[in-house]
Order: sequence, then C-alpha cells, then structure tokens
Amino acid sequence: MPEPILVTESLHKNFAALIATDSLSLEIMPGGIHAIIGPNGAGKTTLINQLSGMMKPDSGRIRFAGQDVTDLAAPARVRLGLVRSFQITSILRDFSVLDNVALAIQAGQGHSFRFWAKAALDPTLREPARALLEGLDLGARNDVRSGELAHGEQRQLEIAMALATNPKMLLLDEPMAGMGPEESARMTEYLAGLKGRITMLLIEHDMDAVFALADRITVLVYGRAIATGTPDAIRADGEVRRAYLGDA
Amino acid sequence: MNVGLTRCMTLSRVISALVLAICAFMPFLAPAVGEPFLIGMFARAMIWSIAALSLNLIMGYGGMISFGHAAYLGVAAYTVGILSFHGVTSAWIQWPTALIVSAIVAFLFGAISLRTRGVYFIMITLALSQMLYFLARSAELYGSDDGLTIARRSATGLSFLNLNDRVTFYYVIFAALLLCLFVLWRIVNSRFGMVIRGIKSNETRMEGIGISTYRYKLAAFVIAGTMCGLAGILEANLEKFVSPDTLNWARSGEMIFMVVLGGMGSLFGPVTGAVVYWLLQDKLADLTEHWQIIFGPFLILVVLFARGGIDGMLKRRPRDA
Ligand SMILES: Nc1ncnc2c1ncn2[C@@H]1O[C@H](COP(=O)(O)OP(=O)(O)OP(=O)(O)O)[C@@H](O)[C@H]1O
Ligand SMILES: [Mg+2]
Repeated sequence: MPEPILVTESLHKNFAALIATDSLSLEIMPGGIHAIIGPNGAGKTTLINQLSGMMKPDSGRIRFAGQDVTDLAAPARVRLGLVRSFQITSILRDFSVLDNVALAIQAGQGHSFRFWAKAALDPTLREPARALLEGLDLGARNDVRSGELAHGEQRQLEIAMALATNPKMLLLDEPMAGMGPEESARMTEYLAGLKGRITMLLIEHDMDAVFALADRITVLVYGRAIATGTPDAIRADGEVRRAYLGDA
Repeated sequence: MNVGLTRCMTLSRVISALVLAICAFMPFLAPAVGEPFLIGMFARAMIWSIAALSLNLIMGYGGMISFGHAAYLGVAAYTVGILSFHGVTSAWIQWPTALIVSAIVAFLFGAISLRTRGVYFIMITLALSQMLYFLARSAELYGSDDGLTIARRSATGLSFLNLNDRVTFYYVIFAALLLCLFVLWRIVNSRFGMVIRGIKSNETRMEGIGISTYRYKLAAFVIAGTMCGLAGILEANLEKFVSPDTLNWARSGEMIFMVVLGGMGSLFGPVTGAVVYWLLQDKLADLTEHWQIIFGPFLILVVLFARGGIDGMLKRRPRDA
C-alpha cells in the first residue's frame, strides 16, 4: 500500500456559530483524482483554504508528503508542491497571458532576488510558459492582457498558473465553474491527461466531469464527510442521493 | 489604431528624451537665455525627480502607497549635515554613511509597516516618518526647528569633482539621475521587478504561486529608501542646509503628487512629474501668493481625469479617451 500524499486529522473550522469544517479526516492517495462534492455552502472552498494555508484551522492537523504543514504559510506549501486554483478566477489582470504563466514558472524556480537580467527575455521562463499555454489551447492568446480574456479562457489560465509552479498535488476549486459544456469537456480531457503525474483534489459541481475523472469521491455536507468511496459506490449510496444528488 | 498607438508611444518617448536633453544642456541654455537661476532650479527638479523615481518603485510598480517617503530623504540629508557639523566633510565617508542610514531606516520602517495593508499602511508610514520629524525638531544640538546650516559641500578630494563648482555639481546630480533611471529600468524588468508588479496586481495570487510577498516588498522598500537617500544627500549639498521640513509629511505628499502627476508605474513619468510640478509651482507662485489654491484643484483634476498621469495621457489610445 502506498502512503497517502495528503492527510487531514480531524480538521475543524467554525465561522461564529457556523461549522464549516467538522472533524474532517481525509486520506488522499498519490497519483489519483479525489473529488469532493457537496451542496453550496458545504465547506468545500473553506477546506481548500485550510489545505493551501490561506486559512488557519481551529484545530486538527494537515500532513503533506510526510510533513506536517499545519503551521506552514501558503507560499511555503506551494514550494513543497501543494498548489491550489481559485473558484473565483484569480489572475494578474493587467499582465499578458504569457507573463502570468511565466511569472508562475519563475516562482517555481527558486527565489526571485534577481535584479538585473530582463525576465521577458529569459527563455527558461518564456519557453515552458508558451508550451503550457499551447497545451491548454491558449497559445494564440499569449500577448492578450489577461483581464480581457473571455471567462472560459480565464478559467484555463487559472489552471495554467497553478500547473506552471510544477506541483506535486493540485487543489482544484471548481475548475469548470462558468464554462460552457464544450470547454468543460476539453478541461476534463486535459485533467485526465495529467492523471498519474499530479495528484488532484477536485471540487466540482459538474457531475459529468466528476464521474469521468475521479477515482474516489468524498461527499461533504455541512462540513462533514458523509460518505467516501469509489464513484460507483457513491452513485449507489442512498444517503448521498438524498443529501446531494437529488434523485427521487 | 496601431499607427496611432505607435505614434503616441513615441510621443511619450520623445517627451522623455526632450526633458533629459533640457536637463543635460541647462548649464549652457540658462545663461544663453539670460536666466542663470534656471540652473539651480533644474538641479532642484532633478533631485526631486530622483526622490519621486524611488517612490515610484514601491508605489507605482509595487502598489505600496507610502506616505512617509520623506523620511529617507531627511535622514540622509541630516546624516550629511551632522557629519559635516562634526567636521567630517569627506564625500567618501558622508555619502556611503548616509546611504546606509537611509537603507536601515527603510528596512525598519518597512519591516513594521508592511505587515499592514491599505489605509493602515498609509497611516503607519506617515506616523513613522512624523516621529523622525519631531525627533529632528527636538534635536537642539542640530538646530531644532531652525535647521542645520552646512558650512561646505562634501569634499571629494578630486579637483575635477569639486562640488562647489556650480556646473560640476549640476552634472553630478544629472549623472545620479541617469544612474537611478538605468538601475530602475533594469530592476522593474528583472525577475524581482516582475514579482513586485505581480504583487501590486494581485497579492493573493502571488502567494498562490509560492511567492512569500513580504520579503520582496521589504527588499523593494529598502531599495527605494536608499535611492531616496541619494536624493537627500544631493539636496543637503545643494541647499547647504537641512531642516525638519525635509522630513515632514508635506514632502512625502509632494512626492506622491509628482509620481501621480507623471504617471504611476511608468519608468520616466516621475521625472516629468517632478519637472512639471516644479515649474507649475514656480509660475503659480509668481501669479499669486496663494498658489496652492490653484494647485490643489489642479492636482485633483489630474488624478480624476488623467489616470496614468502625463505619461498615461501621452500613451492613451484615442478610443480609450
Ligand atoms: N470567511 C468567512 N467568514 C464567515 N463565513 C464564511 C467564510 N467563508 C465561508 N463562510 C461560510 O462557510 C460556509 C462554507 O462556505 P464555502 O465557501 O466553503 O462553501 P462551498 O462548499 O465552497 O460552497 P460553493 O459550492 O458555493 O462554492 C458557507 O456557509 C459560507 O457562508
Ligand atoms: Mg466554494
């Protein structure tokens, strides 16, 4: 049995009286895609905020790649290879598309206390950035200001930036949010292509994408994991159907 | 549209080159047009340019609106004044000491203020610099409110670099300005510069790609503070005088105006901003004693309607206007 790459031990998070994360213990195996589904307000983004280090849990521990990262700041976790994407697109809107990705690649290459050479002429930044954007069908948009991209393209750039940091594990917060069915299908295909190389925690409301991609699924309701299992098992689970999948 | 854009971009460049050329030839132009006082005025405008350029690194490129940038100008000027007061007149001791002092002050002030954001950041930088202002006012040995007169300009010991010679000193200032422009041009386009600009654009995202933003902001703060210290050294030598006013918030405010006027985050903008600010102030002061009554609303109009400052106006595409 391989070791899990990411472990949470009874993670807790309250917002005043609201319990957003309720003694959550997860084990994510390396290489696969573990989906987390659940209704709006279930605490999915709050979980990613804690895993990525952007929010402190009230109690509980987080271990990543054998190391306790609970007290590690967000950038330090990224440098270990634990990288998130944002549900609400978060890009450098006044940078060109290529500069967004080149900067993320730069961030993955160690410190940036280099004050003299022109970053825009550095092939070790520009070339991998171009290749990555090409792979995500954004190749033709390199020089566009990213704030001017269409919504779906911005979502692709969001993923491109996370990937550019050379992650071991991606925390994807609704990567398909607001995408059309065609874009959604292409993103699904793209993520499937990363499978095996990069472990993924996938939060997604698009059930076609979830059942196409996930090896395991956890269902989150009111911050609590009410079920974890294979896609087939989750589909068959009566409680899950009542709580979330909404089948009669 | 592209033709227009190219032409406008060039216009911004042409103006930059023109301003620099005027600065370069002022020692010859001024006597030729019978207004030799222009040499001193442009020397002053170039020093202010250096101060504004340094502020632009953190404010225009980094998005850190420091309202205490005069602190570094002042501590460097006071370092020159105090050393001179105690008989240390060598430029080779005065100048490095003053630069180090302003770097240390920038490090300390940055380390404290950069832990906050937004309005708190503005208030803390203001409060810290005002602390130094009041310290200077209470320093009786060094003239308190009356300020400190500097007997003679820094001695370089080199005959061809005698700062008491007006034209030589003018070109030292001009060279310092060119040096600062060149250094900043390299910095803002370097990896470090991209990080600083990224932080202005979206700090959360920068953390999301693994950048510990605090240390980069702090480094930018120290670079900017040191560069502003250079302006302080030059100012102390030009005026042969330093007073608490050098440290006052009004000076910090003026620097912000110059940066905004010239165009935040444009490399050359602050120089244009400083020169225009200086000329306007001078001309308006001729018109009326209450020149600030005209100047204040003018600045507000610039902020409201000429986003991107003068440089932004020159670059703007017609359809955006
Ligand atoms: N910073 C916060 N302060 C207070 N309450 C919060 C905060 N962040 C989230 N919440 C609340 O916590 C609950 C969980 O929010 P969260 O954003 O994690 O849900 P989610 O599962 O991501 O929902 P969605 O599917 O809509 O994205 C919600 O009720 C939300 O209102
Ligand atoms: Mg969410």
